Parts: sequence; C-alpha cells; structure tokens
Amino acid sequence: MKEKDYQSVMGRKAEIMLKSVGIDYSKFESGSIAFDYEKMMRETGYTLEEMQNIQYSVNVGNTPILELKNLTALARKFAPEGKGARIFIKDEACNPSGSFKARRAANAVYHAKRLGYKGVIAATSGNYGAAVASQAAIAGLKCIIVQECYDSKGVGQPEIIEKARKCEALGAEVVQLSVGPELFYKFLLLLEETEYFNASLYTPFGIAGVETLGYEISMQFREKYGKDPDAVVCTNAGGGNLTGTARGLAKAGAAPTIIGASVNLSGLHMASDGQFNKKSFTTGHTGFGMPFSSWPDRSDVPRSAARPLRYMDRYVTIAQGEVFYMTEALASLEGLEKGPAGNTALAAAFSIAQEMDQDQTIIVQETEYTGAGKHIQPQISFAKDNGIEVFFGDPKDEVPGKNIIFPSHPSLIKVKDVDLDHMRKSLIKTAVNTYQVTPTEADIKFLAEETKTDAAFVKEVLKSL
Amino acid sequence: MVRKGEWVRIHKNILEPSERAPQVPEDTKKVPLEMWDKGYLQEDAELGGQVKIITVTGREEEGTLIEVNPYYEHDFGKFVPELLVISKQVRDILFGGDRS
Repeated sequence: MKEKDYQSVMGRKAEIMLKSVGIDYSKFESGSIAFDYEKMMRETGYTLEEMQNIQYSVNVGNTPILELKNLTALARKFAPEGKGARIFIKDEACNPSGSFKARRAANAVYHAKRLGYKGVIAATSGNYGAAVASQAAIAGLKCIIVQECYDSKGVGQPEIIEKARKCEALGAEVVQLSVGPELFYKFLLLLEETEYFNASLYTPFGIAGVETLGYEISMQFREKYGKDPDAVVCTNAGGGNLTGTARGLAKAGAAPTIIGASVNLSGLHMASDGQFNKKSFTTGHTGFGMPFSSWPDRSDVPRSAARPLRYMDRYVTIAQGEVFYMTEALASLEGLEKGPAGNTALAAAFSIAQEMDQDQTIIVQETEYTGAGKHIQPQISFAKDNGIEVFFGDPKDEVPGKNIIFPSHPSLIKVKDVDLDHMRKSLIKTAVNTYQVTPTEADIKFLAEETKTDAAFVKEVLKSL
Repeated sequence: MVRKGEWVRIHKNILEPSERAPQVPEDTKKVPLEMWDKGYLQEDAELGGQVKIITVTGREEEGTLIEVNPYYEHDFGKFVPELLVISKQVRDILFGGDRS
C-alpha cells in the first residue's frame, strides 16, 4: 500500500509522470542547462501532415477566417492618417469543443489511445478540459478533468462552473477542488490510481497539435488575400497557444510579427483563497503568462514543449475593462458573441492595428464559445457581487482586484508593452540558478534560442549576474 | 433517506490546513483543500452522512453526501447597464447617432 500523504505522493512525482506520459525526457537532456528541444519535438511528436490527418478525422481544424470590417473601420477613426490595419479572427470556436484546444486534445487523446491507455486525465479549469472530454468521447476513452473551482466559502468562478458542466455533458468525470497548487497532489493520486494517460497541456504532441492552426492561417491567407498576415496576436497564458501557432507559421514559411497578449492581473496572487474570486478572467492573464513565459519548466511535465519566449516578438497587456468593452463591441458591430480568451487578443489587436498601415493585416488566431457563466454579463455581475467597482474612465487606471474600468471612449483602448528583455534576463538568471553550473558554449547557444536573442546578449546577461 | 443507486454529489477535505504545501499564501494556508465529486450512491444514506460513490469513470470515492440529483445554477448574470452604453457608443461613432 503506497503512502497517500502530500510529501510521499509528491516524492513519487517523477515515477508517476514517466508512467503516465510515456516520454523519457532524460534522452533530450545534456546534463547541463541545455536540452534538445527540437529533438524532443521531432521524436515524440507527429509531423504536420500526420497531425492534420488526426485532427481532420475527428472534425477538428479547418476553421474559417473572418474579416472584422466594422471593428477595422472603428479603429481607423482613431488612427493617424493612413494607419489602421485590417483586423481578422480565426474562428476556432467552430471546433467540436468550442475552442482551439480541440487541436491539442485531438493529438493527446490519439496518442493515448495508440499507446493503449484506457483513459485520459487533465488538470485544467479552462477550455482544455472540454476539449479532452470531447476527444475522449470520440475515441471511446474514459476521461477525468481536475479543476480548481471554488474558494473556501464554496463560491465558484461562473466561467469555471460552466466548463465543469460542459465536461460532464461530454461524459467526463469532473473532480472539483478549492483554491491551491496542491491540485497537483490530487492529480498525481488520480494518475497513480487509474493508470490513465496524463493529457498534459505541455507535452510535445499537445503543443505540436497547435502547429496546424498557424499553418492553416498562412495557407488560408495566401489563398484568399495572396499574402501572409503581417501580425498574429495570441492570447498568452501557459504559452502553448503562441508556441504552437508560431511553429506552424514557420513551417508554412511565414514570418509575421508574433505578438502575445495577456489580461493584466498584476498584484493578484493566483494561489490566494481571498483573491480567487476578485479576478474576472480565469486564464489568458498575466498570472500565468508572465511566470510561464519567463520560466516554462514549471508545468506538470519535466520539460514543457510550450516555450513562448522563443517565438514572441512583442508582449503586451490589456486591462479587464478593455477586453469587456471589445467583447461587447464585437457583438454590437460584428454580430459575433465570443468568449474571453480570443477577445483578450482582439482588444490588443484593435489597439495595435492603429499603429500599422491600412494595407497591412493583423489576425487574432482564436475565438472561443460563450454562454451561461462565460458571457461578459455573468462575469461582470459576478465581479460586482464580489465588491469590485465597475465604472467608465481611463482603463490605464484600472487596479486588478479592486476595480474594472471600461474605457469611456474606444480611443482609450491601448496596449501596454511588456519589457521582453527583462523577461529574457529573468529566464537566463533562473536557468543558471536552477542548474547551478557555469554555462557551456552549448548552454549559451540554447539560452539564445530560448530567448530569441544571440550569444552576445546571453553573455552580457551572464556577466551582469 | 437517499436510496442506493441515486446520482449524488459528495464533499471531502483532502488536505487539512496543517497539511497544506509550504508555498501557498497565508490566507489559503488557513483553510483546507476541499474536493467535490459526483457518482452513484453505494448504500442508502442520509444527507450529511459519510458515503461511498462510484463515479462515471468507475472509480470509488468517499465523502460527505451533500446533494441528490445535483444540477447547475450558473446563468447569464444580472443586468449590466454598462453594456447597453458600450453598444450604443460604438454604433454612434461608426454609423452616426440616427442609425443606431
């Protein structure tokens, strides 16, 4: 009988993970800071063509690209002469489970079935749960979703409760937990008990599943508009969305500016029971985006395949009130009701389009479904019920956890740039502190790739430590 | 009395405050890590009693019986007047007031 207390279970983490993911990550390690990321993606993943075939066979992918002509016209009202790029969205809500996460789940579930696992488990409070449940339903596998859902008063985020409903509707068991990182403890116990596959968000096949999204954007754009988009905006949380999309675009030979966008929730502690229901976004925010970008290897697998700093040209934040405003504008001007994830990137794109020329194009690479609990109306009224002040003003004054400020005029919707060099330095510093080695030439080359910089930049940072 | 075989929801604490991970913030450390799950009741029981269930994946879980035939109550929230203001504003700016 194995011990089930917290320390004992966490102590068996490596053993449980190896059994539940089926990847021996040590094959890709150098023994120092560097590991062979591309080899990991190549040897444990699938080719783009294989992934397309897997996804198309379960009705995933090939989602339409929509041009938002009215939002473009609105943005041009506030842009300098000749500015205001055409704004597009990739309507990923058309996937079976209502978001792009179906792409990640399709590959993970396919892989689990191929290896003979009887079921899949994923730890997620977001769209990925519904995606795994949907794909498991198609594949005839059992499915357990572990969610962080309630605070200590038993009050749940409406968006997460809706996700639980959707997972159950698709045949999954949903294990709901209160706030805290020890969710991982229950997750490990479940993996050990069931011997199911860990459909982690961060495995090579999960991330590679998103490559088809980037590739499709390029192919569809070339066919319809004769060129690749100039900029692609990805809502950024754990980094897989941006990583996969950017890799797919690169495989198509496209080189647009890759922009990450997160809702600004600075000042809120993600593991705080008291602050859990003070936020109006459950993902796509800086509470995940910042730590996972500046140190990806904090996930539920030894080496995360989501490594967004490798691909990001620019990283911006946007306020909660700005995303809500843009969600309403999308409904009112474009006749489209969509959920918060894609609308985070859309609010950013609305601002960034105004910096670009009119003959340029900018695409938001996802939409997600909306509905009870996920719609802006329950989210905003939930915020009001939790003591958050809601008013019109300048969103740059918004204080997460205290207020939500809707822009008093759409011209006030402005992204804030994150200092990417600061995040790059942070990644290099954490790498050195984690591995406690003097970086070799191979490590320096690796760190330059990790941060999309060069050896000179890495050496300069190392000197300053 | 809740009959064996009914679809129910259970609750249990899986970590007491003293067992919480060292890295959690102070407010979270003061409360237990709680869990909720659903399944088929294995023996007749009363609400509030300790019970066993078999979940939809066939697993056994134990906990306090808190609901029978549990259902969702999340909805579209209360009226948010600010959304009407935004809708009218963007239409006014783009199309002119008379066409909104």
